[in-house]
Amino acid sequence: MNIIIVLTPMIGTIFGVMYFYSSREFTELLLAQPIRRTTIFLGQYLGVALSLTMSLVLGLGIPFLIYGIAQSSEIWNFGLLLLSGAFLTFIFVAVAANIALMHENKIKGFGYAIFIWLFMAVIYDGLFLISLVVFEDYPLDKFSLFATMFNPIDLSRILILLKLDISALLGYTGAIFQKFFGTNTGMFASIGVLLVWCGIPVFFIKRISEKKDF
Amino acid sequence: MIEITDLYKRFGKVKVLDGVSLEINGGGVFAVLGPNGSGKTTLIKSILGMVIPQAGAIHVNEQHVKGQWQYREDINYLPQIARFPENLSVKELIGMIKNLRGKKANDDALIELFGLEEFMDKKLGNLSGGTKQKVNLVLTFMFDCPLLILDEPTTGLDPVSLIHLKELIQKEKEAGKTILITTHIMDFVDSMADEIVFLLEGNIYFKGTVAELKKKSSKNELEHAIATILTEQND
Amino acid sequence: MRHFIISASVLLCLFLHINYALGTVYEVCSSCEKTSITETISLASPGDTLLIKGGVYQEGEIVIKKPLVLLGIDKPVIDGGSVAGAISIFADSVVIKGFIIQNIGLSYTEDYAAIYISKSKHFIIEDNELKNVFFGMLVEKSHFGRIHNNIVSGEVKEEHNSGNGIHLWHSDHVRITENHLSHLRDGIYFEFVSESHIANNISKENLRYGLHFMFSNNNDYYDNEFINNGAGVAVMFSKFINMKRNRFYKNWGTASFGLLLKEIYDAEIEDNIFEENTIGINIEGSTRINYRSNSLIKNGWAVKIAGGCYANVFTDNNFIGNSFDVSYNSKMNDNKFDNNYWSSYTGYDLDKDGIGDVPYRPVKLFSYIVNQTPETIVLLRSLFIDILNFSEKVSPIFTPDHLVDATPKMKMIND
Repeated sequence: MNIIIVLTPMIGTIFGVMYFYSSREFTELLLAQPIRRTTIFLGQYLGVALSLTMSLVLGLGIPFLIYGIAQSSEIWNFGLLLLSGAFLTFIFVAVAANIALMHENKIKGFGYAIFIWLFMAVIYDGLFLISLVVFEDYPLDKFSLFATMFNPIDLSRILILLKLDISALLGYTGAIFQKFFGTNTGMFASIGVLLVWCGIPVFFIKRISEKKDF
Repeated sequence: MIEITDLYKRFGKVKVLDGVSLEINGGGVFAVLGPNGSGKTTLIKSILGMVIPQAGAIHVNEQHVKGQWQYREDINYLPQIARFPENLSVKELIGMIKNLRGKKANDDALIELFGLEEFMDKKLGNLSGGTKQKVNLVLTFMFDCPLLILDEPTTGLDPVSLIHLKELIQKEKEAGKTILITTHIMDFVDSMADEIVFLLEGNIYFKGTVAELKKKSSKNELEHAIATILTEQND
Repeated sequence: MRHFIISASVLLCLFLHINYALGTVYEVCSSCEKTSITETISLASPGDTLLIKGGVYQEGEIVIKKPLVLLGIDKPVIDGGSVAGAISIFADSVVIKGFIIQNIGLSYTEDYAAIYISKSKHFIIEDNELKNVFFGMLVEKSHFGRIHNNIVSGEVKEEHNSGNGIHLWHSDHVRITENHLSHLRDGIYFEFVSESHIANNISKENLRYGLHFMFSNNNDYYDNEFINNGAGVAVMFSKFINMKRNRFYKNWGTASFGLLLKEIYDAEIEDNIFEENTIGINIEGSTRINYRSNSLIKNGWAVKIAGGCYANVFTDNNFIGNSFDVSYNSKMNDNKFDNNYWSSYTGYDLDKDGIGDVPYRPVKLFSYIVNQTPETIVLLRSLFIDILNFSEKVSPIFTPDHLVDATPKMKMIND
């Protein structure tokens, strides 16, 4: 599970940045053609994100299908895993596209991309942990819920955790999470949040692409 | 054809275009000249919508270009540096552009003219600079468009190809098209250009025929005429 | 002398046999001479036998005040009518066998039971089926009894108005074997009970505990299964308890555990299997306990130790696939871990003696943090936590220094 939650965003970011830098010539070529700018960039974004998602779904799906997961009750949890993986890919490719569009300097761009990934995957949780420990005298469940929502990696992790038996481990805090995410409303809400997480960087791709000089 | 009014463009703190106004009407070859960094490419890219100016308006065929894209149907653009996606073959690239434009193209004749047949299946990343420029030329000249914008078309070309290029431009000119060229090769300008637009520090310093420029600087050779302008400027 | 003993025992056996079988036998059924159990009991003399045939008997509470044998034939049903208890026993040597007893009244003030036994010796409750009960068997101040092969089930929904399956209070020398207890508050409840033996029972899906011990010393329970109970099995304030070959399975819930030990002294816990519980063994203030050859598999916390626990020894146990192997809420440590198998042990065994060359630290930094701030559990399985645990493993700062298994086994321990 960790592999998907941690590696998918990393592959998304790194590959996304790499793609947007190395396809710059291609972009310039296309820009001189009678094509709408947004079409070019969103097309490129979707191209990368979709192919990465496909490779994730096929790469994980086929072996598991052969393994016989379709017959087992795990199929829905597995589906959720793939769904969050897909969401994470879309989110982080969009973030990567933004970084690549904002920074001409490849090294800088790569640096930021890796940092964003590192931040979301590791540092964020570190800060989260520290704030939980520091403010342990206060009621923290709302805060945890909010903090989880704010990081798509954490959100996906919790979504999957709650579907696994291990959710009982989460104890009281988990009960609140379970109450929130366990229901259909919570499920849709979190998928909604993930969609917003996709939407914001995509919107920025559109905005930046309309303003950028080549 | 092209009407530019009060165009301003800064890259960070560097002013590149500082209130450029320009009108290009009717057919013929228009050479955009100027020293390095005078804003030639920026001007051209602004017309193409690749660079978004801070202020000013550009109309192509009476249509404001900002945020538009359809007008590029009527433009063939030859970029300054031939940079293509490296993993495509020449054939794939040409096919893709043809597909994109959806227009009739006379690519076969051009491929033959520049002797590119043997490179058709090669990846663009493996081609030499000159060959890439030839591919670039094929891509530009294969469609029939009223406006051609050529940014440094002569770069890396061998003499034979240069002659072919000149012939091509001549042919387009005779067909009554508007051709916008930037170049540093004055011979080329001398022999091809009907009118010169001289850019200096983001402004149009001179616009007129080659003869007028020579007259203005009282020099017989274009190269010297330009040099005179530049030294005068520096004084 | 020897002859005397033998003949005495033969005599005794004969006497018992006669008493059991040769007392007057009364038949009770709807078409028999006797149709009421209560009336027949009042007619009978001590030592008589009632043969009760199939049918439904709804007679309110049946009170037995003399030694009698009640045998059900073709599963007669004694229906409490959901009003009060069904059978109350206030005499020695009562046998209740082969009945279905159902619909016991529910009360907030009275402990109505399907079978209530008070101050009785040598009672035998066997082969009965107790359905929809409040309390199943309520045994008070009784001794030398046997409760065997009964099925007890309730339909409890809330803890405050539910009763226990087999409830013993101030009793001793009771054998509880092969019973099946489900959907009650506690499956089996012991309070001030001693010298008793619980074996081969299955207690599952009870609201609170599968088995609950309070202030009950010198008991043992072997070969029982405790599955999917609200909180698991709780053993509290007791001494000298032996727990062997039991299976604690799927006690999942936010506050669930396989086994809770609270203020327990001198217990032996051997060959048990703790599988898929939120907490495998939750230990609070328990001392001198030996944990041997247990398997702790896929629990959230395999062993969670809180408060002053001294001289607990864990040897030859398997810790397999638990989220946390051992969690500790203080740095204090007087407990030993030796020769256990830890599935998350990553050390090596160069000298091939089956013992890892590097000590294993069962307490992860994260489990320490979670103890301090329970909310941090939301970060479970995140990369940051993995990194944290790894760095703590490399250079321990927070986790108890001495809490190591210096001789971790390389291979799983199979008996």
